Order: sequence, then C-alpha cells, then structure tokens
Amino acid sequence: MTKLIVMQVALLAALATGLASAQQLLINAAGATFPFPMYSKWFDAYHKKFPNIAFNYQSIGSGGGIKQVTEGTVAFGASDGPMNDKQIKEFHDKHGFGILHFPTVMGADVPVYNLAGVNSALNFTPEALAGIFLGKITKWNDPELTKANAGVKLPASDIIVIHRADGSGTTYIWTDYLSKISKEWESKVGRGTSVNWPVGIGGKGNEGVAGQVQQTPNSIGYVELIYAVQTKMKTGKVRNSAGAFLEASLAGVTAAAASSKEMPDDFRVSITNAPGKDAYPISSFTWLLIPEKIADRAKDKAIKDFLKWMLTEGQTMTSALAYAPLPKSVVAKELQAIAKIQ
Amino acid sequence: MAATPTTVTTSSGPARPVPGYWQRLRSGDEAAYVITFMAAAIILLITGMLVFELYTNSSVSRGKFGWDFLVTSTWDPVNDEFGALPFIYGTVVTSALALLLGIPLGVGAAIFLAELAPPRVSDALTFLIELLAAVPSVIYGLLGVFVLIPILRDIEPTLKAVLGWTPFFSGPFYGVSLFSAGVVLAVMIIPFIISISREVILSVPGDQREAALALGATRWETTWDIVVPYAKKGIMGSIFLALARALGETMAVTMVVGNDPKIKASLLAPGYSIAAVIANEFTEATGQLYTSALIELGLVLFALTIVINGMARLLIIGADKYKA
Amino acid sequence: MVNLHTLRRKTVNIVMLTITGLCTLFAAGTLVYILGYLFVHGATSLTWDFFTKLPTPVGEPGGGMANAIVGSGKLLLLASLFGIPIGFLGGVYLAEFGGSTFSFVVRYVTDLLNGVPSIVIGIFAYTMVVLPQKHFSTLAGGLALGVMMIPIAVRSTEEFLRAVPNSLREGAMALGASKARSILTVVIPAAKNGIMTGIMLNLARVAGETAPLLFTSFGNRYWSSGWEQPISALPVMIFTYAIAPYEDWHKQAWAAGFVLLTLVLTVNIIARAVLSKGRHVAR
Repeated sequence: MTKLIVMQVALLAALATGLASAQQLLINAAGATFPFPMYSKWFDAYHKKFPNIAFNYQSIGSGGGIKQVTEGTVAFGASDGPMNDKQIKEFHDKHGFGILHFPTVMGADVPVYNLAGVNSALNFTPEALAGIFLGKITKWNDPELTKANAGVKLPASDIIVIHRADGSGTTYIWTDYLSKISKEWESKVGRGTSVNWPVGIGGKGNEGVAGQVQQTPNSIGYVELIYAVQTKMKTGKVRNSAGAFLEASLAGVTAAAASSKEMPDDFRVSITNAPGKDAYPISSFTWLLIPEKIADRAKDKAIKDFLKWMLTEGQTMTSALAYAPLPKSVVAKELQAIAKIQ
Repeated sequence: MAATPTTVTTSSGPARPVPGYWQRLRSGDEAAYVITFMAAAIILLITGMLVFELYTNSSVSRGKFGWDFLVTSTWDPVNDEFGALPFIYGTVVTSALALLLGIPLGVGAAIFLAELAPPRVSDALTFLIELLAAVPSVIYGLLGVFVLIPILRDIEPTLKAVLGWTPFFSGPFYGVSLFSAGVVLAVMIIPFIISISREVILSVPGDQREAALALGATRWETTWDIVVPYAKKGIMGSIFLALARALGETMAVTMVVGNDPKIKASLLAPGYSIAAVIANEFTEATGQLYTSALIELGLVLFALTIVINGMARLLIIGADKYKA
Repeated sequence: MVNLHTLRRKTVNIVMLTITGLCTLFAAGTLVYILGYLFVHGATSLTWDFFTKLPTPVGEPGGGMANAIVGSGKLLLLASLFGIPIGFLGGVYLAEFGGSTFSFVVRYVTDLLNGVPSIVIGIFAYTMVVLPQKHFSTLAGGLALGVMMIPIAVRSTEEFLRAVPNSLREGAMALGASKARSILTVVIPAAKNGIMTGIMLNLARVAGETAPLLFTSFGNRYWSSGWEQPISALPVMIFTYAIAPYEDWHKQAWAAGFVLLTLVLTVNIIARAVLSKGRHVAR
C-alpha cells in the first residue's frame, strides 16, 4: 500500500518536473517594485511571443535587485535608485567586470492618502511633504497644509506616515526629491534605498505601502503612480520648482525628463525637482542592472534580444500603464549601448 | 543465517550461543548500528554547521560593533550604523504581551479541560484546540491583517479610555502595532500552553484530588489549591515553550507589527521584531556589513531561543508528548 | 441558616468554572472561526482557474496558483527525501542503541535544532546552498524545509519505537533473530502506525512554512522545471498577495489559505484518528 502511494507520488512529481517545458529557457531577475506592473506585462507579452523564453521577475524591491545581481543569484536586476559608486565598485570587485544601467521607462512617485471626507486632490508644498515625513508636521490641519488647500476641510487628526520597510528605489526617488527641497532632510536623513525614517510604519514593496494606506485611515504614503491608479487611491498634487501644483501624469514626467541635463553615458541621472512649469517634481527613470559579461550564451542572446524589443515595441505599451516612454534620444543611445554587453 | 556458533557453557545455566564477529556483521547488526549512528552524527553535524555559519557570517558586524550591538538603538543602513536594541525590544515586548494574554486564557482552559469538564467534552474540545496548533503562521498573519486589526481599531477608543493614562496606551493607533502583534502571538501560543498544561495536570495523581475532596473542598479549590501547584513546574515549562515559539515567529508578526525600528513606550505604536526585520531586509541588504548585521541578529535570536528552550526542557523533563 | 463562608466558596466555584469554560470556548471557537472565515472569503475564488492557471500580470484579474500548488508539492517531496531518512534513522539509533552520553548529546542537540526559528534556518540554507550555487533554487528551499523536518522525525520515531513493548523484541531474539533483523522486521512494523502518522504531521507542519522559503526558493511566476530553478510555493503566495493592494489578489490569498489550511487540518485529523485507534489496540 505504501509502496503504491510512494510510486504514485514519484510519478506525479516526475510528470510535474517534465511538464514544465523541457525546452524553456528560464531567466531569473529581481528588483524594483516601482516598474513591476510594467515589467510583468512586458515579460508576459514577450513570453507569449517567444514561448520558449521565460523571464521570472520577482519584485522584491530595488535594494533586493542590487543585492541579488551583485551576489550573482539573478541574471539581472532592476532598480529605480541607480547604484551608487560604492555599490558599483563592490560589483566590480566581486565579478571582475562592471555593471550597466539601462533605463526602461519613466514613472512618478505620488503621495497617496486615506482621508475620509476629502474627495478632491490635496495640494502638497515641498515644505509640507518634508515636514510630514520628518515628523514635524503631525496633524492634517497644520497651517502648512491648510494654506495650500483653501476650501478643503482638513481634520484635526494625526497624520500616520507610511514608508517602505524594504530597500526601495521608490524610496530613493522620494528621498532624493526631499533631499533636494529640504536642507534639513538632506542632513538628517539623506537619500537612499533604505533610510533611517524619523517616523512612520513600514510596508513591504509598493504593494505593501498601497495596501497599508488603503487599510489605515488618516494615513499618507508614497507609491509609484500605477499603484495608485490601479487601486483607485486618492493622490495629491505636488508643487514643482516653477510653483505650479501638478498631479502626476505622463506629460509631467516626460517634461521633467526633457528639461533635465544631458543624459550621461552610464545613464545614471536624477530628474527629480526638474525645472520647467510642466515638469512633475517627483519623476524618475528606472533601470535594469545588467552585468557587462553574461556567461551563458543563450541567456546573453535572450537578454539582448529582450532589450531591443523593450526599446522598440515595449515602449509602445507603457502609456497604458501610466508609465512614460523613454525620450527618443535616450532610446537611440541605449540601442548603441547594448553592444557593451558581452 | 549462521555459521556454527561457538557455545559457551557457564556454571549457571544452559549453553548460550555467543555470535562471533562475522556473524554479527553478516546478520547486519554492525551495519544497523553504523547506519543509524551516522544519521545521528549527521544531525550533530548539521546543527554544528548552522551555528558555525551564523557565527562566521556575522563576523564583520560583530567585529565592528562588539557587544554594543545589543544596546544600540540606531538602525541606519545609509550610514552603516546597526544596533539590535529596537528589535530585541520588539521581540521581547510582543512575546511578553502574548504571554500576558495567553497564560490566563491557556491555563484557565487547561484547568477546565483537565479537571472541570466532563471527559467526552474535554476530549472533543482538546481535539479542536490542538488542531489550532497546526495552523500555519502565514494564515494567522492573513487573519491578523484583515480581521484582527479592524477589530482592534474599533475597540481602541475603549482601550484608550480605560488604559490611556498609562504610557503603554498613549499616542495614535495605527492598526499595525506591537499590540496587534502581541494579540496575534497570544492566539498562536495558547494551543501549546493548553495542550501541555492539560497533560501535566492530568498526570497529577488522583489521591491528591481525592484527599482534598474528602476534606470538603469544592472542585475549584481542589484544582487551584492542590492540583495546580503540584503541576506548577510542568505548566511553567509549557509557558517557556510557548515563549520560545513566540520569539521566533516571523510571518504573522511581520504582517501586523508595523515594521518600524523604534523603541516607544506605547504598545499602540508600530515596532519591529528580529525575525520580521530579517524577513523584510535580508534579500536586499547591500554591502557586507548590512548582511552581516542581519545575520548577527539571527544569531541573537538563536541564542535567545536556546536559553528559553533549555529552561523549558528542565521544567518538563519527562513530558513525553512532543508537539510539532 | 446559610453559612456565608460556604456560600462564598460555592459561588467562587461556579464562577471559576464558568470563566475557565469561557476560556476553553474561546480557544476552541477560534479554530472554527478561522476555518469559517477562510471558507466564506476564499470559497468564491476556488475556481477551476485557481487550480490550473498561472499568475497574470500585476493588476490584471484572473489567473491562479497552479504553479504554487505544484511548487509546494515539489518542495515537500525534496524535504521528505532529505529530512525523513536522517530523522527516522536517528530516531532508531536513539531508541534501539541509545543510552550512552552520545545519545544524550544527540537528543539535546535535536531539541536545539527544533527550537531554531524558521527564518534562521532560511539564512542557513541561503549561505549553504544559494550563495555557493549562485542562484535560488527548489533545492535550497527543499533543504531548508528538510532541516526543519529532522528534529520532529527523530523525536516521533524514537517515541513510537520506545512504545513498542520489550516483549516483542525479546520474543524476536528468542527466536534467533539478530538485533538488526528484529528491529527491521518486528519493532518497526509494530510502530508503523505511529511513525507514518508522525511523518504526515511533520509534512503538514512544514507545508505551511513561509519564512525559510523567502530567500531560498524565492518565487517563480512560471512553471519550474528540475530542481535548480526558483519555485513558487503556496504559503509565500499567500504572503505576497495578502499585503498587496489588489482586491483580486486578496481573494486569491483567501482561497489559497483555505486550500492550505484544509490540507493541513485533514492530515492532522487523519493522523490523530489513526493514532488513537492504535492506542486502544496496543497492550
């Protein structure tokens, strides 16, 4: 009896292992949750086009993407905070070759909040955002908030701050912006994928923060735009460097990219608080982190092919998910840079 | 089976064959001994390697911070400053709260099941309760997020009204908090306390009870004044076991504790536990120091659970029931 | 004339009976509540899709957890292959050849291993398998779960072997069987029920473990082939979906939770039924 059961189990297991297409090339990647909706759509579409290639992307946060690609446990990573010099050096020391950044799309960090009775989009000044996240502005009806929102009845309740618990590029973008507009933030907390938050609760991933804000009355958090759109959350307007209060939009992000400095060769650039009256202030590129040398020939070809597809056909799919496509000049530069991967 | 056995005649009794070495070998005794011995040795090896790995992979962090690691409360990955205190605090506080809530409920229920309930009712209810011990942690977390926290949000005003004057219930309530984690842990450890305490109480000799009842004690008095003190050590042991379990809980805690590495007096504030921070930050700890610090936290947790488990064993020596 | 003192004692008696009874009701009721809640919220998501489809891209409704269900199965298979032989044989050693200081040490260390938090075992598997191999894999996850199975397998095997009366062993030896043969053909079969149910309970417990899989088997949105690729698992999916903001994912998390809990509880109930039957039969 036992023998029969064991045999049946073994047979099922063998079937299951065999079932998973023997010919399928599985490429593992991990990283940012910021572009995860886009990447999951891309990889799904690519898999439908080329059924024998599967990109298994796990959204564990930009910090995770950087770490795992450095450890070599994934073929490539993804991050919305570009790797800093120390991290690039660490990769180089470990592997003997460098790592390349490839921008994929542009997106926006938006402040999301959960306030019963407030149905219009709130205006947030840079000082308000810095104050809230520093823990200095603690009530919703603080003057800094009410003066920008004349006509909106803000309650006297405590503001509950929600930030990322995990290493996050979304955090990098948010703290990069706060560092630019608040000297106090820059010196006290700084920018990074994982910072020492003065206040707040931690959620895991963009998904976790969005979920947390949804569940917690009187809370405020920051997520990538698509997460707010997909879950129909209330987003706020942020005042940009030209003084206009803007909601995050494709146009705003594209304007931010257009007005920023020339794209450097390694593609690492920050476009937060960009000049221009149409620029949305908390915009950013997001990158795939691809090692310069890929040992497996099949994977090397698959990744390069995907990059080409992503830069051409993939770019047409971005707007549907509220990500801004890359500027043409950047696309051209990247197509050339693909040759650097060996 | 055998070659001719050598017979030994002793002065006291009939001849007994003593198997020679080759016989033992052929009959498989040596093989059986060696194989099972190796298995036992492998267990020692695995545990040894576990401790070794924890120790060596945390060396960078241990070297840099030394014992200060245990008392520093900063956790700053940007500036490479790591301290374990917020997590130790959170782990201890949530577990203590779990015990505070779980012990009265657990021991109370165990007493009821062992002493005061009719046997069939007792068996049926114990069956249900022991099944509770088999529920996976992530499911407790699931219910914690969607059921418990909304309930706690509703009762928070009452709680604040009654206990708000203490520092433990001050400040805003976020839903996710040390308190929520403590409550979830309490529900998780109650089955363990009940199961073991009940066994221990059941094993108290009947004559103790009978003597008390003969002297005119009520059922409750017999139980509380005679039987329970007799079973005290075993009950304490069950509590320690439950504590060890609570200390290491990961999933249920990380889903409801708030994930904020700060030390605050209020239970309504979010906190963090050692297991939760490892689960959240391990896959993304960039840099050797960060990873090493997390592994060092693992080492601290390991040491903590060993001590508690050791104390539990001392108290329940002889308890044969082994619950998964 | 009513003696007030006695009245007070009697009242206390009844009050405490009620209170402890309520405690028990609370504890027992929680299980019923959990099961009921999962069912009510998860039953609607228990579609055919749930069991047969792969996850869809983020935000798109539909899809299922077919790969997670198979994934959990594969991980458990690997865990048993690793943990059960070691645990079983170790238990045999302790029960049949034990008594020395070495046995004492083994027992102590096994208890130690049992007390190790599952997340720490995850770290162990990460440093031992994932890092040297440079990728996440089913193997790493299976190993982590296998290590968790060992202490329980040891203890339950030892316990049930010890419960076999010595008369059986002596009878076998009287008939001329060697120690090894008597263990193999007499003692173990006598303890068979207990050992098998012990294995099932072990599997049920490990099936629900999430923490050690987070950085070993990692996760996979597709089918995983072989043993060297990352793999999806049911408890990890529950975790990922539960903390996300998508209502559709929440529903799937409930469904998965219901499936997992039903499996675990069924195994536990069967195991207990078998064990209690055994208890009546022996002696």
